[in-house]
Amino acid sequence: MKVLLGIGGTDDSYRALETTIERATEAADDLTVAVLDNPESDPDPDDVARKAETRLAEASLDADVVRLEGDPGSQLVEVAERDGFDRIVLGGGERSPMGKLTIGHVAEFVILNATRTVTLVR
Amino acid sequence: MTDDRPYPDEVSGPFRTPPFSFDDRLDRRIEVRAFDGDEEPLVAMYRAFDPADRAQGIPPSREEEIREWLAVVLDEGPDVVASHSDEVVGHATLVPDGTGAFELAIFVLDEYQAAGIGTRLLDGLLGQGSAAGIDRVWLTVERWNTPAIDLYQKVGFETTDAESFELEMSIRLSAASVPA
Repeated sequence: MKVLLGIGGTDDSYRALETTIERATEAADDLTVAVLDNPESDPDPDDVARKAETRLAEASLDADVVRLEGDPGSQLVEVAERDGFDRIVLGGGERSPMGKLTIGHVAEFVILNATRTVTLVR
Repeated sequence: MTDDRPYPDEVSGPFRTPPFSFDDRLDRRIEVRAFDGDEEPLVAMYRAFDPADRAQGIPPSREEEIREWLAVVLDEGPDVVASHSDEVVGHATLVPDGTGAFELAIFVLDEYQAAGIGTRLLDGLLGQGSAAGIDRVWLTVERWNTPAIDLYQKVGFETTDAESFELEMSIRLSAASVPA
């Protein structure tokens, strides 16, 4: 299966990276990691890309890491359609101090607009 | 960690400091008081909580997870409970967010909802919070949850972010004691 994982550098996006690497290794998925310009998280996209590359190398998984510039939600949806991905994977939301789950508007946009299956990782 | 959330310029309140009691819309005598440290009545309330009333993943449904979650919620920040004939039927809590501000949540058992208990619980919690020197409180609420949003607006919360599934709202308090 051709999988497009979007990460922006939030904790939940790194959890999604770990889970997706595990699954891709087991299922021999063809994985592409897209580093997003995420207005909701501070980290430098280059740092996020390096971190993803390190984790992929540690897991001995051959996957492309690409930068998607511009609006992260619409970029993900567009790339998934253009390049024939079967599935888009995203972090499943951040927990507040109270433990409340909040889903960012990138995830919301992708869920509502993607024509591919979307997975949110918990 | 800095708090970059917007807060209303205007201070809301004054709010009531618990304990106090009142008759709800179904003439049930309800007592509002600060949490006294006994977790068991709260665990019982959350075990009886209607799964359909869960929001954003809380409260958890299994007892073990309820206890773990309560340990976090009760650890720091004010907690206020509403009781009816010795049973806890509502709970409101403030949890520090690490920036000096507090996150708010409130839970009322299904058969006690829409009876005016939430309003009194919030009143008591924000009174308790003011008395403890808290001046900034925020919350998130699912966008479709109109009864909750109306309740928060009634006590003075203003919407600060409406771009996601969840609305974010905040309120400014006067960090001073208010007599009941």
